[in-house]
Amino acid sequence: MRLPLSDHRYGEHEIVLPPQAEDRHDAADIDVVTRLDMYRKLQEMRQFEKRAYDLFMRQLVKGTSHLSLGMEAISAGFGAAMKPDDYTFATYRGHAHTLARGVSMTPVLAELLGRANGLMGGKGGSMHLTSVEHGMMGSYAIIGAHMTIANGAAWSAQYRGSGQVAVCFFGDGTTNIGAFHEALNYAAVFRLPVVFVCENNLYMEYTSIADITAVSRPAADRASAYRLEPVVIDGNDADEVYLTAASVLDRARRGDGPSLVEAVTYRHGGHSRADPGKYRPAAEVDAWKAYDPIAVYRRRLLRLGVPGSDLDVIDKEVADAVDLATDQAIAGELPSPASAFTDVWADGGSSWRN
Amino acid sequence: MAQLTYREAVARGIAQEMRRDERVVLIGEDVAGAGGVFKTTVGLLDEFGAKRVIDTPIAEQAILGAAMGAAMTGLRPVAEIMFSDFFAVCWDLVVNEMAKTRYMTNGQVTLPLVVKTGNGGGLRFGAQHSQSIENWAMAIPGIKVVTPSTPTDVIGLMAAAIRDDDPVLFFEHKGLYAAKGEVPDGDIVDSLGSAKVRRTGADATIVALGLMVPRALEAADQLAQRGIDAEVIDVRSLVPLDTTTILGSLHKTGRLFTVEENPRLLGWGAEIASIAVDECFWDLDGPIQRITTPHVPLPAADSLEDLVLPSAELVAATVEKALQS
Repeated sequence: MRLPLSDHRYGEHEIVLPPQAEDRHDAADIDVVTRLDMYRKLQEMRQFEKRAYDLFMRQLVKGTSHLSLGMEAISAGFGAAMKPDDYTFATYRGHAHTLARGVSMTPVLAELLGRANGLMGGKGGSMHLTSVEHGMMGSYAIIGAHMTIANGAAWSAQYRGSGQVAVCFFGDGTTNIGAFHEALNYAAVFRLPVVFVCENNLYMEYTSIADITAVSRPAADRASAYRLEPVVIDGNDADEVYLTAASVLDRARRGDGPSLVEAVTYRHGGHSRADPGKYRPAAEVDAWKAYDPIAVYRRRLLRLGVPGSDLDVIDKEVADAVDLATDQAIAGELPSPASAFTDVWADGGSSWRN
Repeated sequence: MAQLTYREAVARGIAQEMRRDERVVLIGEDVAGAGGVFKTTVGLLDEFGAKRVIDTPIAEQAILGAAMGAAMTGLRPVAEIMFSDFFAVCWDLVVNEMAKTRYMTNGQVTLPLVVKTGNGGGLRFGAQHSQSIENWAMAIPGIKVVTPSTPTDVIGLMAAAIRDDDPVLFFEHKGLYAAKGEVPDGDIVDSLGSAKVRRTGADATIVALGLMVPRALEAADQLAQRGIDAEVIDVRSLVPLDTTTILGSLHKTGRLFTVEENPRLLGWGAEIASIAVDECFWDLDGPIQRITTPHVPLPAADSLEDLVLPSAELVAATVEKALQS
């Protein structure tokens, strides 16, 4: 087998362009309140991630961070369609998915800054955002593993008859790791109420997914192996994501088993903060930045008659909230030294001997 | 009182807890219909049904992930990894996920789960189906590590592990599955983190685990015939570790020996020796000695496997020589 990488130079691969039409879902049956909520969430995610980047450049956010800039419609669309007690499992690129479940910005930003008022008291960091009370069951930094864990939560929901659904997000790169395949077969065999959402941003870290994958649709083309429908959607259109989410969540709640959704999108920046993303052809980056999920959604709302001034108010409210969260995060205390030694065990401590 | 094999005790321990608590469920390869390849789960499917006792695909990551996700959302699963060697294909779930999630989430997530597994050598299964890997597990903060050596302990420690709110790796020794013992009637619930003195003695402390416990006891019998009175301690639980019992015995005897089935480097006995030197140096009347499998993979041929696994004779000879020098 000859993979594309042997046919071209690194970074000079065939480009993938976004959809042309933006008005496909203008007439969709989604009420304006839901749409405005989604718009607000999109703004929160966008402005939060930009601020996280700024704080990284100010060296207030340490280590690394993986931003969802350009990919917000997926988390916003699913977040709007999920019930409050449904479960979210995300990857290290999980800021937006955490906000999507209603977690407020201050603890998330404070966690990125390693502060005591962080979502996990500074002990998890950017890649492990978790808020169980919001159904945000964790962000997992070893790709694929969390798909198997989402199965467990779905199994538990099925066992308890709770009607909950587990939704598990992952990137295109995850489709080539073993756990992806173990998890899909397992979910299908036991008809688990779980939804797997591949955020296909076309690049696994620094390499075009097309260059290292045997099929062209990294998730959808694998679906048939697990007796699932191939579902490919526009991951930059929040309404398309929302409608898809409603459908697959309903299927899971009916007891009809798992779904695998491939949402095609694009990240505006590199894989992580250290990556300028130079391996991506400029024409491709420009085209996808023009098909920005926030701008796409704003134009739709304007076409539907929502006054621009109403949207400006939302934008400003979100900006103020981000500023407040920034102030509160920066003002947060450092974690107490004692907290490094808590919660290894369920008794709250870290003792391993008597 | 009834005679029970070690393998029957595994099923009895799980059944005891499944009767008590509906949240306890069992998954693994061949654990339901077949009753387990080692027959450690016989009868559980019949008693508790297919909703609670589930055969899985050969997919160890999927098994452990399912256990973890279920544990974090209200169940108390028991998962089986058939041979402990297979942890190598799902170690991510243990090391990166189960062990760290409570800590990373600042206590938001609790993981009451047990992973039971067939561990250890002596069955001529060769290098990939015979390893003793407890020492891999004890190196990870956040994982509890248990290895029973008798049928009664299997039941009691299984119950304690299932009732514990932390992830527990429960190492059953394959070489002990056929071993029989008197088991009390009624529910048995033990506690994690307690060692047991199996034989009292004044001259030397021999600390052992799993299959090495009966061998250490046999060695002590041999030593008794040569006038050496050895105390044998069954560690039972590496994490948490009952150093009080071990160091108390050392204080009394002045000599410490560990008998470890794991290969030499970084075996569990090295940690115990380190603690003993740090805290009881002046109690020692001579060097601590570790009796381990040499640093080789386990060979398949019976003559070779017997050569490398610590035997009662090797333990007795080592202790005798050390005490005479």
